[in-house]
Amino acid sequence: MITLSFVWFVLLGVLLTVYAVLDGFDLGVGVLHPFLARKEPERRALLAAIGPFWDGNEVWLLTGGGAMFAAFPVLYAAVFSGFYLAMMLVLLGLILRAVSLEFRGKVESRTWRTVWDWGFWLGSLLPALLYGVAVGNVAQGVPLDERFEFAGTFLGLLNPFALAVGLLGLSMFIVHGALYIALKTEEPLAGRARRTAHIGWFALVALYGVVTVMAVVFAPERFVNFAATPLAVLVPALAIMVMASTYLAMRRGDMSRAFLCSAGTIIGLMGIFGVSLYPVVLPASNDAANSLTAFNAASSPLTLRIMLILVAIGLPLVVAYTYYVYRIFRGKVRLTGEGY
Amino acid sequence: MDAVLLARLQFAMTVGFHFLFPPLSIGLAWMVAFIEYRYLRTGLEAYRAMSRFWIHILGLLFALGVATGITMEFQFGTNWAAYARFVGDIFGAPLAAEGLFAFFLESTFLGVLLFGRGRVSKGFYWFATLMVAFGATLSALWIIIANSWQQTPAGYHIVGGRAELTDFWAAALNPSTLPRYTHTVVGSLMSAAFFMAGVGAWYVLKNRHVEFARRTLSLALTVGLVFSLLGLFTGHHHAVQVARTQPVKLAAFEGLFETRRGASMSLFGIPDREREVTHLEIGVPYLLSLMIDFDPNSQVVGLKAFPKEDWPPLRLTFYSYHLMVGLGMYFILIMLIATYLRLKRQAIGSRPLLKALLYSSPLPLLTMQLGWIAAEVGRQPWIVYGELKTAEAISRVVPAEQVLFSIILFAAIYTLLLLLFLYLLRRIIVTGPEERPIEQVMREATV
Repeated sequence: MITLSFVWFVLLGVLLTVYAVLDGFDLGVGVLHPFLARKEPERRALLAAIGPFWDGNEVWLLTGGGAMFAAFPVLYAAVFSGFYLAMMLVLLGLILRAVSLEFRGKVESRTWRTVWDWGFWLGSLLPALLYGVAVGNVAQGVPLDERFEFAGTFLGLLNPFALAVGLLGLSMFIVHGALYIALKTEEPLAGRARRTAHIGWFALVALYGVVTVMAVVFAPERFVNFAATPLAVLVPALAIMVMASTYLAMRRGDMSRAFLCSAGTIIGLMGIFGVSLYPVVLPASNDAANSLTAFNAASSPLTLRIMLILVAIGLPLVVAYTYYVYRIFRGKVRLTGEGY
Repeated sequence: MDAVLLARLQFAMTVGFHFLFPPLSIGLAWMVAFIEYRYLRTGLEAYRAMSRFWIHILGLLFALGVATGITMEFQFGTNWAAYARFVGDIFGAPLAAEGLFAFFLESTFLGVLLFGRGRVSKGFYWFATLMVAFGATLSALWIIIANSWQQTPAGYHIVGGRAELTDFWAAALNPSTLPRYTHTVVGSLMSAAFFMAGVGAWYVLKNRHVEFARRTLSLALTVGLVFSLLGLFTGHHHAVQVARTQPVKLAAFEGLFETRRGASMSLFGIPDREREVTHLEIGVPYLLSLMIDFDPNSQVVGLKAFPKEDWPPLRLTFYSYHLMVGLGMYFILIMLIATYLRLKRQAIGSRPLLKALLYSSPLPLLTMQLGWIAAEVGRQPWIVYGELKTAEAISRVVPAEQVLFSIILFAAIYTLLLLLFLYLLRRIIVTGPEERPIEQVMREATV
């Protein structure tokens, strides 16, 4: 039981982290594209760069959501109903981005394209910001009653700490997206993306510092695991090293490595979040007894075991063909008649 | 404001809207896979243009399906938290499996279809169309497993106020999974066939792209005939299962109040909940008993055998079911007529047939909506049949005003999306398939 709950805590973390790494770059591209692309061919190059992938990337969120429902139904119920309006905004964003990408290229009209460009921008910005806000709220805890139901308000979710984490997440996606653009497009667009990644990286580091300091005040519980298990400090140490390597790679102009390091940074930050949280999955800010943990929020051992089997069969397949399809579209974008 | 009613309204609206897209995508994906296969075998440019045209529409359908589908998965948590707690141990797994086994496959290979024509071999491209079709069909299986478990729960026991899994296979292959799945997939193929036939008919009527239209009609009418007829069998299979496992729902389908031997199959009527009678009833004697038990004198249980509070809303269930069956019969009829004319080599020349096909093209989608309404409304007042009432399943912490807000939000967005979808669909169809050689198109579009 203990091991299964632990395994699922890690697996859920892995699913959401892969989602953040993969959808992260197309969210970042969405947030940046109205500012980076100056002319229509550049816009099309940006959209073509993410076109074949964004759909598959978003499935990681669906699978993560499904896995949370299956493995930790009590958490799924508490978070999704508790963060109701925030979830509706995320949904609005995800709907907007999906249809904007699809609709944009269907009509040859400047106004039409502009509308969907901004639709795609807003649809990317909302989730890119709100994911971090959600992480911030989970990190510092929310009011929960003894039935593990949310007892706070929507405005209470928009507190300074959560917003700071939201900005941290946003800057992380921006750096990731900018590096992806630098990797996948030609000059001068790639050059603009490199400069954006540079600036974004400084913002990311600054926000990481701000959030860490704020956490001392707003989420002191998140330091307990590091104090109890000093070895756990390796995770933030590695995360900071990878973050620094991103910068070094950018300085050297090695964009592939910078992109990989940026992916590593996301993994590192999610790792910090996970290590600081375990075994809690949703801390109750009012009374620690009401906190949801990987144990009291979990499904039955049978369900966890079956889910594990399903993942053991399914995930390697997904990784294999996703990798294969990414290879088909490797290299810089060249626009042709097919697609956008 | 009634929070339960609001949550139900939102769910019905979002699922109903979502359910317009997946059936068409499933059906169309198989059609595209078949067309690509023909292209692979014959190398005829016409097939390539044809597949390109339908992939265009498939991309549009898929985007709307994804956009509206995420709402579904979120909604179990946002609006139905008590439900999510009660069934999470069982219901979550198929949703996760859908992502893992089906949706990844579908969306990853759709990327290849939309962007990879110039990058992969013909054979691999065909393989990708197959994977999209297979993924879409598998995706429906997992969703229907989850939905069927609500209808006919199995393989579980109740521990500490929640349903816990005891037997995975019994839960997954619960009594209504296979009948519902086959019926839904058949309906999907039928929807795509009628949709394609409508487009083909329109081109012939307008005297445009006639070669394309001829090939399209030929494929659509063949598939349409086969699957309209299959729908009769899968529908029958499904109805028998409902009679066995959800007799109160079947009684509501038929407007049958009294338990009786030699029950007649109702063709028309106005069920009256208060007076417990169906007015103006017209039916075929003995047919219901015969259909269910293969015995004209067998007993069929009526509504009165159940407590009145366990009855579903009668009129909505009755009418949606009857309309669905009636439309199903109409589909068989029109496909038989079309086949007859095709055999006489007169189908393309028959304007009445082409017009009928054109106007019938959205009807299978309507029929699927009706079938879904009959199935889900007929399950009421239960959200998990016999275990949990819908009224007890909503999120207690979400204020009714917030649900009202999200309903208005979704209603506005979905209306807009529907209008845009129809506008774009019309544009794609009016523009028509690309008839110049593909290399020329690619050259011109390269920037």
